Amino acid sequence: MNVALFVTCLADHYFADAAADTVRLLRHLGCTVSFPEAQTCCGQPAYNAGRQGEALRMARHTIGVFEDADAVVVPSGSCATMVKKFYPRLTGGTATLADRTFELGEFIVHRLGVTELGDGLAGRRIAIHQGCHALRELRLESEPATLLEGCGAEIVPWEAHDECCGFGGLFSVKMTAVSAAMADRKLDTLPEIDWVVSGDGGCVLQLDGRSRAREMGVEFVHLATALWRGAAAPGGAR
Amino acid sequence: MPTGIRDYPARAREIIRKDPLVRESVTGATIAFDEKRRRSYAEIDAEAWRRWAEGVKNHTLTHLDRYLTEAEARLEANGAEVHWAEDAAEAREIVMELAQRHSVRDVVKGKSMLTEEIDLNPALERARIDVLETDLGEFILQLFNEPPSHILGPAIHKSLQQVRNLFTEVLRTDSDADPDTLAQAAREALSDVFIRADMGITGANFLVAETGTVALIENEGNIRLATSLPRVHVAIVGIEKLLPRMTDLAGFLQLTARAATGQPIGCFVSLIQGPALHPEDDGPEEVHVILVDNGRTDVLAHEHAWEALRCLRCGACLNVCPVYRQTGGHAYGYVYSGPIGSVLDPGLLGLHEAMPLPFASSLCGACFDACPVRIPIPELLLEWRREAQEAGLTPWKERAALAGLAGMATRPGLYRAAGKLGSRLAGTGMARSLPMLGAWAEDRALPKPSRRTFRELWRAGIE
Repeated sequence: MNVALFVTCLADHYFADAAADTVRLLRHLGCTVSFPEAQTCCGQPAYNAGRQGEALRMARHTIGVFEDADAVVVPSGSCATMVKKFYPRLTGGTATLADRTFELGEFIVHRLGVTELGDGLAGRRIAIHQGCHALRELRLESEPATLLEGCGAEIVPWEAHDECCGFGGLFSVKMTAVSAAMADRKLDTLPEIDWVVSGDGGCVLQLDGRSRAREMGVEFVHLATALWRGAAAPGGAR
Repeated sequence: MPTGIRDYPARAREIIRKDPLVRESVTGATIAFDEKRRRSYAEIDAEAWRRWAEGVKNHTLTHLDRYLTEAEARLEANGAEVHWAEDAAEAREIVMELAQRHSVRDVVKGKSMLTEEIDLNPALERARIDVLETDLGEFILQLFNEPPSHILGPAIHKSLQQVRNLFTEVLRTDSDADPDTLAQAAREALSDVFIRADMGITGANFLVAETGTVALIENEGNIRLATSLPRVHVAIVGIEKLLPRMTDLAGFLQLTARAATGQPIGCFVSLIQGPALHPEDDGPEEVHVILVDNGRTDVLAHEHAWEALRCLRCGACLNVCPVYRQTGGHAYGYVYSGPIGSVLDPGLLGLHEAMPLPFASSLCGACFDACPVRIPIPELLLEWRREAQEAGLTPWKERAALAGLAGMATRPGLYRAAGKLGSRLAGTGMARSLPMLGAWAEDRALPKPSRRTFRELWRAGIE
C-alpha cells in the first residue's frame, strides 16, 4: 500500500526519531512510504485559538499537499483529528482528505488489520496516556493497548489514563499554572512502570517537561517508537 | 454586577499555589461524583436518553413563547401568581415587594444558583430580613461567608476538617465529629427557623407548561420544608427551565439525577402547582413564580450559544473537567463556573465581560461526553474564541504569532527554515525570554529538540 507520511510540526522537530520509526514500522508492514516535502502545519494552533481564517488557509495548503495520496498516516492523534474532524467543519464538508487520513495506531489496526507486531516489548510494563483528541474525537480507545499488548507489553492500569495532560497548545502558556497542575495529577497517579506511551508529541512535551522540572525520572516513549521496538526485535513478524 | 472573571488566570494560580487543600478537596469530590455518574449512565442506554433530552429541550427552546404563556395561564388557574423579571434588578424588586407586602422577617432558602446570579441575599439583608440557606452545603458557606464553588456541591472546595472546625466553633459539635453528626447538628440548628420563617425562596429544576408545575429535586428534605411551612413560597425560575409536558418531566427527573449524583432519582422531588386549596390543607397561602430573563433571550438569539440554554445545572461537566478540578469554582469569578460557565457566561454577561473564560479550557472534550443534554461545549468554546479574535479581545502578540504561523505554513521553504531555527532557539537559554516559552518554562523543563529534524533524517535516508 502507498502511504504518505504527515509528520506534523512537533514530530519533525522534537520527535524526529519517532517519526523515522513510523516510516520503519510502515515499511516493515509492507507499505511504500512517501514524504511530500511541501507539508507544513495542519493549522490546529490557529483553529483552537479561534483564528478560523488562518486555519482554513493552512487546511487548504495541507489538502493540496496530500491531494494525490491514497492514504495519509499521522503519528499524532491530535493532528489527525484536525484533518479528520475539523477540516470538514472549516471547509464545509468538502475535505475528502479526512477520509484518507489515519492516526498511526488506527491505520495499523483498522486499515492494515494487524494487531500482532512481534514480541519486542515482552516483560515491559507500560502505562498508556490516551490523548484527548484520539480518544474523544476519533473514538480510538483500545487501539494503542491492543498493539502494545500485541508486542508482549504489560499494560498497567492508570487511574488518570484518559484525563487531559493539560497541554492544549496555547492553553499551556495562557493558563500555565492550571495546565501544570493538570500534568501533576497525571504524574502523581502514575503506577510503577517502565514507560509511559503516548501517540501524541504535544502531550509528551507537556508531561515530560513537567516530570523533568520535578526531577521525577519518568520515561516517555512515543507510540511509534514503542511499536517499532516491539516489531523489530528478533521474532518480530507481521 | 461586577465579576472577577478577568482575574481567572491569576486567581487560579493563587489557589493552586497557596491553597493546595482546595485542589485536593475538589479533585477528590468531583472524581467521586463522576464515577457515580459513569456507573449510572452505564445502567441505561445513556446515548438514547441524552438524544431524547436534547430533542425535548431544543423543541422547548424554539417554542419558548408558547410554553411560557401556557405555563403562566396554568399557574394562574392553579392560584399561583406569576411575575416577569427582565433582569436581576427587577427580580430583586419583585421579591422585596412581596417581602414588604407580607411583612417578612425570616426567609428560608433552598439551593438556587439563579438567586446567586441575581444577588438576592444581600438585597434581603439590606432590608434587615434574616436569610437562612437551608441546603447543608449552602448553610456551611453562609457561615464561611463564601459564594458557592460548584452548582451542586457548593462547599466542594472545603475539607471535612475545615467544616468540623467551623461547626465546633459555631454549633459546639465535637472536634472529631463524623459527617453524619455534623449534618444532624446543622439540621437541628435549622429546624426552628423553618417554623419561624414567613417566606420560603427556591429556584426550580423545571417548570412544566402543561400543568403549571414547579419541580424541585433534592436529597436533604430542606426544600420540601421551605416550600410547605412558610406562609409564602417564591420560586425564582429562569425562562429556560420550561418543559412542555408532565411526561417529559418524568424523563428529565431521572436523567438529571443520574447526571448529577448517579442516583436513579433524587431522594425528594417536590411538585408545586399553587397554594393550599383550603385553609386546613398543608402548604403556603401564596405561591409566586418569578420568571427571570436576565440575558437568556440574548443567549437564545445567538447563532451558536443558544445550545447552552439546554443546561440542567447538574454539574456533570464540572465533575469531569480536569481544568475545574484544579481550582474549583471560585477561580472563575462568577456564579457559573467550569465548562458550562465558560460557554454560558459570555452569553449572559457579554463576551467582553467574560474574557478570558472561553480560553480556560484545553478542549479535552470530556464535558460533552458527560453532558446529559449534549451541549457541544468544546465547539461553543471555539465559537466564543472566534468571536473574541474578531472583536480584538485577545492579546495582539498572540494574533500576530498565529498570523505569522499561517503565513509560514503556506510557504513551505520559509516554514522549514523558521521551524528549525525556532525549535533550536526553544532548546536554549534564550527561550526563557521569549513570551510564550517563558510562560511554559515557569513550570516545566524546556522541550528538547531532536538532534536532526525528521526532514534531515528523511533526506539522509531512513534505514
